[in-house]
Amino acid sequence: MNFRHVAADFRVVMRSYLRNPVALFFSLIFPIILIALFGLIFSATGSGPVTVEVLNLDHNSPVSREFLAALNNTSVVKVNVVSDTTVSPSNFASWLGKNDDPVGLIVPDGFAANYRNGTPTNLTVFTNPSDAASSGTVLGAVQGVANGFNLARACSGSVCAPVIGYTSENVGSQVYTYIDYLIPGLIGFSILTSPMFSMVDIASSYRKDGIFRELSLTPLTRAEWLLSRITWYVALTFVTAGIMIGAGVYLFSAHVALTLGLVPFLIVGPFFFVSLGMLAGTVAKTPESAALIGNIITFPMMFLSGTFFTVSSFPPYLQTFAHVLPLYYVIDGMNQVMLFANMSRALADLAVVLVAGLVVFALAVRLFKWRDE
Amino acid sequence: MRLHIFLSYPGPVSAAIEVHGLVKQYGNLSAVGGIDFSVPAGTVFSFLGPNGAGKTTTTEILEGLRRRTSGDVEVLGLDPWTDGAALHRRIGVIPQDFRFFEKITAREAIEYYRALFHTDVDPARLLAQVELLDKIDARFDTLSGGQKQKLGLALALTNNPEICFLDEPTTGLDPHARRAIWAVIRSLKGEGRTVFLTTHYLEEAELLADRVAIIHHGKIIAAGTPAEIIRANGRPERIEVAGPPELATYLEQHLDRPVAVENGRVSVELADKSDALKILGAIEASGLPWDSFQTSRDTLEDVFVRLVGQMDDGALKQETPR
Repeated sequence: MNFRHVAADFRVVMRSYLRNPVALFFSLIFPIILIALFGLIFSATGSGPVTVEVLNLDHNSPVSREFLAALNNTSVVKVNVVSDTTVSPSNFASWLGKNDDPVGLIVPDGFAANYRNGTPTNLTVFTNPSDAASSGTVLGAVQGVANGFNLARACSGSVCAPVIGYTSENVGSQVYTYIDYLIPGLIGFSILTSPMFSMVDIASSYRKDGIFRELSLTPLTRAEWLLSRITWYVALTFVTAGIMIGAGVYLFSAHVALTLGLVPFLIVGPFFFVSLGMLAGTVAKTPESAALIGNIITFPMMFLSGTFFTVSSFPPYLQTFAHVLPLYYVIDGMNQVMLFANMSRALADLAVVLVAGLVVFALAVRLFKWRDE
Repeated sequence: MRLHIFLSYPGPVSAAIEVHGLVKQYGNLSAVGGIDFSVPAGTVFSFLGPNGAGKTTTTEILEGLRRRTSGDVEVLGLDPWTDGAALHRRIGVIPQDFRFFEKITAREAIEYYRALFHTDVDPARLLAQVELLDKIDARFDTLSGGQKQKLGLALALTNNPEICFLDEPTTGLDPHARRAIWAVIRSLKGEGRTVFLTTHYLEEAELLADRVAIIHHGKIIAAGTPAEIIRANGRPERIEVAGPPELATYLEQHLDRPVAVENGRVSVELADKSDALKILGAIEASGLPWDSFQTSRDTLEDVFVRLVGQMDDGALKQETPR
């Protein structure tokens, strides 16, 4: 392995790519379009009132009912009172986390009495940090109604201190919106499609055009050639992932952790799929059959590995199928590091992809021939 | 029957290419049926043959791109198939219809090969040598056919090769581009390199090659210098005039030798130089009208067409059931 050769070939690959407007579109603009499109389709919660789950511990006192009615009348939130027999105050936060609308409010015991006496009393608002829009809406509405109540209350003496305040708490880190799952999924999508489609095409068209023949007459080895492509797709994956995370955070306030744990997946993922694309293109005899084999491998993985939809939402038999798809482990691993901080499971995912990658790389280098018998 | 060619060359010149009993079979089909030849170092050797004769197969075996079925092949003392990596550092190859990375410029292409071969060749100097300096920063997909071929030539020279393999380097090029490639081939020989040239332009071989071999149906049917092949297989030099068929009859009666009539031209073979006056005298003495006198001799192309044609006729006769 001569790294000068790899570097020389890498420069050629990079220049070819950067001078190709279609390729640039697919690696720089397409990720933004994907994020924007799927983000808009599946997480369009901007219109309509935000449902607030309310736990009223003040025994349905008239003041608390009045307060909640005022809140409901703002029309930006919809109050849904839950019974304290359904959920206790201590596990209200985690109960909300499992809910579709993870925003909540607790009205404390003695709210009405404190309001009458002028003793400060605090409401507790639970918001989801990954959903800044609905959190802001609810906090604004609660503050607005509380201000109104504070002003309407007759001041005692010359001092007119606000009585109703609120504290805000997070629902808990286990709450994710669709966009949070979508980002690792779509990074996985580009790790799959970008190398697969182009390597399958390159493997057959370079053979047809005699470019492999040219290269076989130079000291460049097949492993060096493949390594240079892998390096390029790793670089491209870093750029694409950066764009996707940026677009997700900027457009949809996605909540993803940028940890170093993501790095191995952005390397091992392209390593596997560049090798697999090369293998598929090598096994095929013509560019047409190469495209067919490429599609047969790519399309099931494109939809069933957790790219657009989480695998856990699949019926059980499809989940079993997803578990044999290598891309599942890439995306699951990225979910583990970006969302759940579950490093041991991420390591297991990484090991699966790495071992599969080494096998496919070895096979591709062995089967792919510069020259004919 | 195998035709052995012994190339005698002045001085102790070692052979750059040695081929003995080379056979290549694809299943039951025999592409190369046991050929022998040798190419002395520093010469231009041209390998001729109609399409499908086995030219490209043989060339690719010599280049180490294809495995032979049997026979001995040595290129620069190496076995091209098993010592391919070592051989490729010492040879340069330009295939037919050279293709490269489309978005890469001529300069970048040479820099790429330079890095792979660990040489320090100057792209500008190399491109000047193949008359492509004006396109040094042009991308491959903007080059014309001739320019692409010239870049292929420049890339094949990046490693300062001892042998240059050129597989139909001028096919499909315009006359100007073809002459430019010829000039480069001559300069390669001038630099002491061996050139292995396959072509189906016979004039190209006649102009450039020190030695030629004609391959047909996987066998070498003629070999030697162009002059030797013409002498051995061509018709003798002839006197030709335009004239009526009666002139031919008259000459046959008075000269006692074969006279041919073709396309309104009467031709008589010359036995030696002094013959010419005798023949012209007879023509004039016939009293028949004649015009446009010229002497003609067979070109390599004439010989090639005749040899290949004879062989195909023979093959057809053999195949016809009696």
